[in-house]
Amino acid sequence: MLNRIIAISRKEVKQLLRDKRMMFVLFFFPVFLLIIFGYAVNFDVQNVRLAVQDNDHTETSRDLIKTISSSSYFQIVEYYDNDKRGKEILDEGIAKGLMIIPTDFEKNIFSAKEEVKVQILLDGVDGNSAAIIQNYSIAAITSFNKKLNKNASNKIGIKLEAPINLQSRFWFNPQLQTTIYMLPGLIALILIVTAVITVSLSLVREKERGTIEQINVSSLTIFELLLGKLFPYVIISYINAAIILLAGYILFGVVVMGSYWLLFVSTFLFLFASTAIGIFISVVSDSQQVAFTIATFASLLPATILSGFIFPIESMPVIIQWLTNVTPAKFFIIALRGIIIKGVGLSAFWDQWIYMFLFATFFMLISVVKYQQSLKKL
Amino acid sequence: MHSIEVKNLRKEFGNFVAVNDISFNVNSGDIFGFLGANGAGKTTAIKMMCGILAPTSGDALVHGFSIAKDPSNVKLNIGYMSQRFSLYNDLSVVENINFFGGVYGLSGKDLEKRKDWVLEIANLKNEEKVLTGSLPGGIKQRLALGTAVIHKPKIVFLDEPTSGVDPLSRRAFWELIQNLSSEGVTVLVTTHYLEEAEYCNDIILMDAGEIIANGSSKVMKEKYLKNDILEIECSDVIAGLEILEKQNFVEETSIFGNNIHISINKNLKELNQINTLLKSSHNIDVIRVQKIVPTLEDVFIHLLEKRRNAK
Ligand SMILES: Nc1ncnc2c1ncn2[C@@H]1O[C@H](COP(=O)(O)OP(=O)(O)O)[C@@H](O)[C@H]1O
Ligand SMILES: [Mg+2]
Repeated sequence: MLNRIIAISRKEVKQLLRDKRMMFVLFFFPVFLLIIFGYAVNFDVQNVRLAVQDNDHTETSRDLIKTISSSSYFQIVEYYDNDKRGKEILDEGIAKGLMIIPTDFEKNIFSAKEEVKVQILLDGVDGNSAAIIQNYSIAAITSFNKKLNKNASNKIGIKLEAPINLQSRFWFNPQLQTTIYMLPGLIALILIVTAVITVSLSLVREKERGTIEQINVSSLTIFELLLGKLFPYVIISYINAAIILLAGYILFGVVVMGSYWLLFVSTFLFLFASTAIGIFISVVSDSQQVAFTIATFASLLPATILSGFIFPIESMPVIIQWLTNVTPAKFFIIALRGIIIKGVGLSAFWDQWIYMFLFATFFMLISVVKYQQSLKKL
Repeated sequence: MHSIEVKNLRKEFGNFVAVNDISFNVNSGDIFGFLGANGAGKTTAIKMMCGILAPTSGDALVHGFSIAKDPSNVKLNIGYMSQRFSLYNDLSVVENINFFGGVYGLSGKDLEKRKDWVLEIANLKNEEKVLTGSLPGGIKQRLALGTAVIHKPKIVFLDEPTSGVDPLSRRAFWELIQNLSSEGVTVLVTTHYLEEAEYCNDIILMDAGEIIANGSSKVMKEKYLKNDILEIECSDVIAGLEILEKQNFVEETSIFGNNIHISINKNLKELNQINTLLKSSHNIDVIRVQKIVPTLEDVFIHLLEKRRNAK
């Protein structure tokens, strides 16, 4: 059995080396995506123009404004005092976003009775940078929170429970680095695109050229065939992942906080799920052209838009939140952020492993069923 | 002993019946010819016998194993060369051999030995590194045959192995098939070149999913051709054919190369009648009229025509 699997893997590697399109997908895509997302996105949003409506006028509110404006991401262009002016500012593009500090901001924080909300209004036309600005501001508020907490316990001896409403994951990216936040999504995106496209093409090609018949008639099981075919792509995907991590370290100084072992297993589960999609596509399509189109569409789009890579899932409408489960990248990104950014252990994301496993098993099963149906028709 | 026994094998695609309850046996070590025009159902029947296409009903025992219930054991005992060229064009000769050897579980010395054998029968010694896609058609087919039997199966199915190959290569290919058969391998081979039936021990002729004739070539000729066949060489084949069709001594006509073949009945008293008829009434020069030993092709044309007329 092992001999047969090795024979298939060896054949696959030799074909791969002669196939320009596959080599392109495998090696150009990662570099391309890395540059696009790593650099372009990173440098595009600096010095975002922000206008501030401070309804509180206290020491604490001024302190928050100072924290925000001192980061290089925001530049405060105007202070204003009514909603009408706020609308004008956004409409005329004077600023990209508004920050509104409510009245009784300081009072509510220290009484700790009510939830304190700082409102950020964003010009949503440019959805991409809006999402990033949103992330920045949440992060800025988080770091302000920390400072506040320290002050509060120093001054009055009480510990505040996260006084300003925020999303806790930004605790772990205090330097406001987007790259470190983007990197897990980038890894997921690159791996899923290359895996789905190459795997689906490699199987459909055998169908298209008729070589699958010769394989079907040998006593090779579908299990051996798939394993033999997947093996080289899994290795290549690991190499790709390692390259991205290395690039992340060299270019952006990102280090993996958690365990490499967890990283390895998470990646494996993710590849299992991604290749399962690829296999399913190759079972339902008859030509490489069709497979390539479906594979690109089915991998790239959801992994970019729905995975939480760029747009936070929490801020999506509920129906769309449901829809995010169509891509295993969602689960992988949660696990990866846990491992790379927070350095947490398995207990924090074990459920994502289960989701990925279920996802993969589901697609494998329907692929096998579909494949067996197609044998009857052939 | 029969190495293949087919019983009421049937395949439907929707409402269309591609193989219609066919039954036949193949003797061990025979070259068994599966003849019929395109669309007759040969490929569909072969795929079922190889265990890669499930029959709608009926069964076949291949090397004693049921194709319906036990296709995986069937696969262990057969080799198959599909109608489409199914080696990898983007692999070299030796890479293809290694791959299929590996898929069939060969390794080490066994693989080396069989590799040499395949290279030899394909005439590819010293050309192992050549990309398979760049080989000429005849050589490709020999290589495909070699890899299809690399694991020394007892039975091999060849689906149109000589289609699209030049006549010389076709003859050479049949020599290979005969060698396999003489080593005891049962060969089931399909072709739409009717003349290739002469190479086979046993033949079935299929049309529209049904078997319309079977037997050895000698038996077929005796069984299905009761009339004598004349070969006529003349100056105008088309006009000659038209006239002859109308004569009461003629049963069937066909064009065979540049000549006319007619099957005749007792109304023809002597061969000279034909010369006189064509020359005197229509000024066609008859160069030669000759009674011939019928080929299988004559038999098949006779049978197919009879069937068409019946419909
Ligand atoms: N998968 C299929 N679906 C529908 N019809 C098919 C399928 N495969 C073959 N056929 C039809 O069955 C008939 C027999 O085809 P085939 O077995 O390939 O004939 P042959 O090999 O004798 O040329 C043809 O009319 C063909 O169109
Ligand atoms: Mg055919």
